Amino acid sequence: MTVNGAEASGEVEDRLLLVHFLREVAGLTATNVGCDTSSCGACTVLLDGESVKSCTVLAAQADGHQLVTAEGLAGPDGELHPVQRAFRAEHGLQCGFCTPGMVLAAVSLLRENPHPSEAEVRAGLEGNLCRCTGYHNIVRAVLAAAGQGAAPGQGAAPGQEAAAGQEAAAGQGAAAGQETVEPGAMAEPGGAA
Amino acid sequence: MIPPPFSYQRVSSADEALQLAAEYGEDAKFLAGGHSLLPLMKLRLAQPEVLIDLGPLRELSYLRAEDGHVAIGALTRHHDVQHSELLASSVPLLAHAAGQVGDPQVRHRGTIGGSLVHADPASDLPAVILALDGVLVARGPSGTRQIAAAEFFQGLFETVLEPAELLTEIRVPVPAAGQAGWSFQKFTKRAIDWAIVGVAVQGGSVALVNMASTPVRATAVEQALASGASPAEAGALAADGTSPGEDINATAAYRAHLARVLVTRALQEATPRPDPPEDHR
Amino acid sequence: MSILGTRVVRTEDPRLLTAGGTYTDDLRLPELAGAARVTFVRSPVAHARITGIDAAAAREAPGVVAVLTAADLDDLPPGEGGAATEPLLASGRVRYVGEAVAIVVTEDGYQGADAAELVSVDYQPLPAVPSITDALDGGTLLFDGTGSNVVATGGEPPAEDAFRDCDVVIGRTIGNQRLAPVPLEVRAGAARWADGRLTLWASTQNAQLARDAVAGALGLAAADVRVVAPDVGGGFGAKIATERDTIAVAWAAKRLGRPLRWVETRNENLTGMVHGRGQLQTIKIGGTRDGRILAYHLDIVQDCGAYPRFGMFLAELTRLMASGVYDIPAVAATSRAVLTSTTPISAYRGAGRPEATAAIERAVDLFAAEIGMDPAEVRRQNLVPPGAFPYTTPSGAVYDSGEYAAALDKVLAAAGYGELRAEQARRRDRGGPVQLGIGVSCYVEITAGDYTGGETSRLVVAPSGAATVYTGSSPHGQGHDTAFAMLVNAELGIPMDQITVVHGDTDAVPNGVGTYGSRSLQLGGSAVHQAAVEVKEQARELAAGMIEASEADLEFDVSRGSWQVRGDPETALGWAALAGRAGPGGLSAEVDFRPSSPTFPFGTHIAVVEVDTETGKVTLRRHITVDDAGLVLNPVLAEGQRHGGIAQGVAQALLEEVLYDADGNPLTSTLADYAAITATELPSFELLDSQTPTKVNPLGVKGIGEAGTIGATPAALSAVVDAVAHLGVRHIDMPATPLRVWTAISEARASA
Repeated sequence: MTVNGAEASGEVEDRLLLVHFLREVAGLTATNVGCDTSSCGACTVLLDGESVKSCTVLAAQADGHQLVTAEGLAGPDGELHPVQRAFRAEHGLQCGFCTPGMVLAAVSLLRENPHPSEAEVRAGLEGNLCRCTGYHNIVRAVLAAAGQGAAPGQGAAPGQEAAAGQEAAAGQGAAAGQETVEPGAMAEPGGAA
Repeated sequence: MIPPPFSYQRVSSADEALQLAAEYGEDAKFLAGGHSLLPLMKLRLAQPEVLIDLGPLRELSYLRAEDGHVAIGALTRHHDVQHSELLASSVPLLAHAAGQVGDPQVRHRGTIGGSLVHADPASDLPAVILALDGVLVARGPSGTRQIAAAEFFQGLFETVLEPAELLTEIRVPVPAAGQAGWSFQKFTKRAIDWAIVGVAVQGGSVALVNMASTPVRATAVEQALASGASPAEAGALAADGTSPGEDINATAAYRAHLARVLVTRALQEATPRPDPPEDHR
Repeated sequence: MSILGTRVVRTEDPRLLTAGGTYTDDLRLPELAGAARVTFVRSPVAHARITGIDAAAAREAPGVVAVLTAADLDDLPPGEGGAATEPLLASGRVRYVGEAVAIVVTEDGYQGADAAELVSVDYQPLPAVPSITDALDGGTLLFDGTGSNVVATGGEPPAEDAFRDCDVVIGRTIGNQRLAPVPLEVRAGAARWADGRLTLWASTQNAQLARDAVAGALGLAAADVRVVAPDVGGGFGAKIATERDTIAVAWAAKRLGRPLRWVETRNENLTGMVHGRGQLQTIKIGGTRDGRILAYHLDIVQDCGAYPRFGMFLAELTRLMASGVYDIPAVAATSRAVLTSTTPISAYRGAGRPEATAAIERAVDLFAAEIGMDPAEVRRQNLVPPGAFPYTTPSGAVYDSGEYAAALDKVLAAAGYGELRAEQARRRDRGGPVQLGIGVSCYVEITAGDYTGGETSRLVVAPSGAATVYTGSSPHGQGHDTAFAMLVNAELGIPMDQITVVHGDTDAVPNGVGTYGSRSLQLGGSAVHQAAVEVKEQARELAAGMIEASEADLEFDVSRGSWQVRGDPETALGWAALAGRAGPGGLSAEVDFRPSSPTFPFGTHIAVVEVDTETGKVTLRRHITVDDAGLVLNPVLAEGQRHGGIAQGVAQALLEEVLYDADGNPLTSTLADYAAITATELPSFELLDSQTPTKVNPLGVKGIGEAGTIGATPAALSAVVDAVAHLGVRHIDMPATPLRVWTAISEARASA
């Protein structure tokens, strides 16, 4: 099979799962195993461009196909893929274990639905569990990658239109006068923002 | 987590698949999308010695308008069923229900044939095919046969298919004009869960998910509707003739109650409408 | 302008995004070349005597290197504990489904799964003790000769007249259900014994504590054990230090003289890794008809699971925080901790404090309903006032700072509380199936509860001008690399990209405590800050000598990271020059920061739910919070912790529960059955800013990691009950699943 553009092959047991082929034979450990029941999505990769759970595919089934893992998303010079960039900008990862699968699920989602609503993003990620982020910033990241900003609680949730004060927005993105900075930008401390 | 050892056989034609199936008999199972079978094998609840991978048989993935019905290749993936323009206009219930199966990753791999043959009464598509009076086309050593959905599901994870028979096509009749109203109600705790109870309505046909060891038609409801009952009156009969189970999510009584509520809502929703609901697209 | 308080994206992320992190099972180190794989054989029964283990068939299976059982554990130091001491491998008796009985070592993991099935264990079943009630019953004891399954008791009962002056007194027994922590990375370990030294790589929150635990268990000197925490995929308290299975892997590596690797399955994780919560609570609250709470008694029975690990201390923390944010004259909290034939219970996000908050908040809601007063109003009347700090509670906790009423008012305003109540009334009038519920919770919690242990930091500025922080903190998603670099940058002006943070390796950081209990910023960060201050002072001294000026005439320019004569930038000396002058080792300082008290973050949550009263289904529509943990170092990180905390808190209220059947068999041992919360069950959250500093540490910070969870659970549950209160429902036990909600509605209607 082709993984991230390069040939990957091996003599393996018939029962070897694709996720173990990627991790043990192809030596690509970004794709993770998080469960036994195809529930968590940590093993998500792209197979012929579509997100699949590699724990529920035999390596043999993937023979002859094209795979993309998280390691294959960045550009040749290490430049982050737009979805990866958005995850960083929006703090869409904490421990990082669900992230490779989550990012690839998002890539596949945006390919099929380039301008999703918040509800469509949440539904589109129903097969990916995260325990750290509460999904809030993951959703923001996917919407940002799609070129849309996210307002808190898009859509009419009860009482939101009538909510007094704009402070609810303060917790969401940049507070007034504050931008989110890259650590490197502080190379001249005191000079930024 | 890891299946016991087995032998993987990849085939390049349906004939070859049938040949191998005949050869191995009960020791072998067909592998379509693998998203019903492989999870069971990983938990060692199913332990076939041979897997016959139908994956390369792309010629069994199709959706075609034929005379009065839509012919769907058994290996058509849920994703393709969900997004089929043909189904959107002719049998939107099926397209919508396919979009409820599992999650996006599962829908990229799982097939309609695999789901039907797996025959889990908690799955979405068996009840939908039952409500649509679909016809299952199977090829075996003794030739091809057509099986009505009403006869197809025999018991928990059991169909009438012989081990050496391959489901090749599902024929879904296009509903008549007066029977175009449809609804699919899937009640879950989390969106990702199997239905605690589900309801598929197409015109005057009502089928239930997870109310027995197979998908079942709510015949009492259908008869009431045919006699002019309102959705609420007919819905009150939803649990008649069912044998809902008990598990960590629901008691039998709760399932029966849900069936009544959901059938009523489904019937209310299934008034003829010009456009499919947004979430189907 | 200081970097502190600004939004800084994480330095950790590029590597995690592009290469995917290196978690324990990802390690491909030369030291682990040729490692064999460990698979555990675990008990399928809850309580039984082991009458025989036959590994003959397993030993013949392909790839098997060894099969080890308790009989082989003959080279360990004698255990010090009493009757309820926990073995590395079950010896003679198993006490929960999932308890490790044997170790199978194979060349590869797939062979291990096959061989483990061939180990034949004879179990002679004993009656299961699956619940707290069964444990108290005492019909079956988990440990012979102990006389009881109660392993600890605590607290004083209320005075006889505590409730005497109350117009109303309400009591109820409620549950705080057992949960599974479900970090996405399951437990994993790799061990190698070489040259008389053990190296253990483990998915742990505390490398140093793990080292001490392993050394103690195996009878080794601490210096002969190195523990390394690689990237850790979530812990939430369940990976504090280490536990028997990981220690068993280390032991087996030494025993077999071969490196070993182990990673559990999720099924093993859901039964073999510790669970959280698990309390039966009896609440009793009394007060006046105009809303003043006069007395409160909380009685707790804590489920410890099969072995008394941390479970006993959870109840102590619950008792400590029993009265919450309220100023109640008479407060009593009593507890018993019991053993059951289930997975042991330990710390899980909040560890004893969510339980306290859930109890008092439920009690206040019941009180409010009884006197017919708005629940927010009842709370406001009883909050500890802002002038009362430091405030000593009846249980002896000393709250450092708080603005409880301000937090409540802020959230009520942002939620549009009045309009929500109006919408609720409109829907009740219309009588449609989907009703609105609003839940308010006010909370305070204790962070750095183990403050006496402090935290360490060593800071080195090299002659290159780059800095390295060696910290005892041990992040597993919290972003300490970024936060601690910000602290150094703020104090010393060294650019962020020239600061490296090292943690989780006992060779590099021999002394430290680690990350749990929301302690790391206030303890670990304060240590980093102080070390930076010391380095800066050392540099001042050096600079004075190099410039030949007096120290008093020098000023530090943080924007350039240099010391200079005041007003004379020509004299500036940067870090490379100063550290270079100090010698090849550069400048360094080492700090063990120990404050004199813990800190008490606080807040208010409001949850807005819709309940379909025909089906019982709950949808969380909005969740609005103040979580005030003092000054905010990096809003990005703080918000992330709040989001994650809220999600887990809501999950307890609405969805998650570990269940056992009457025989002690787990019913929720897969992620298909255990309802871990997903993105579709949650809305985006509305977080409000509130920063009430503390004087307890130089940073003015408290701990944010668990606060969101503590505040969210009672708010979400309260909202569900509120949604159906008009139908006569007074209480629903967590989780408020559709079945539970519908049952509560049906029962209320039936008794109407």
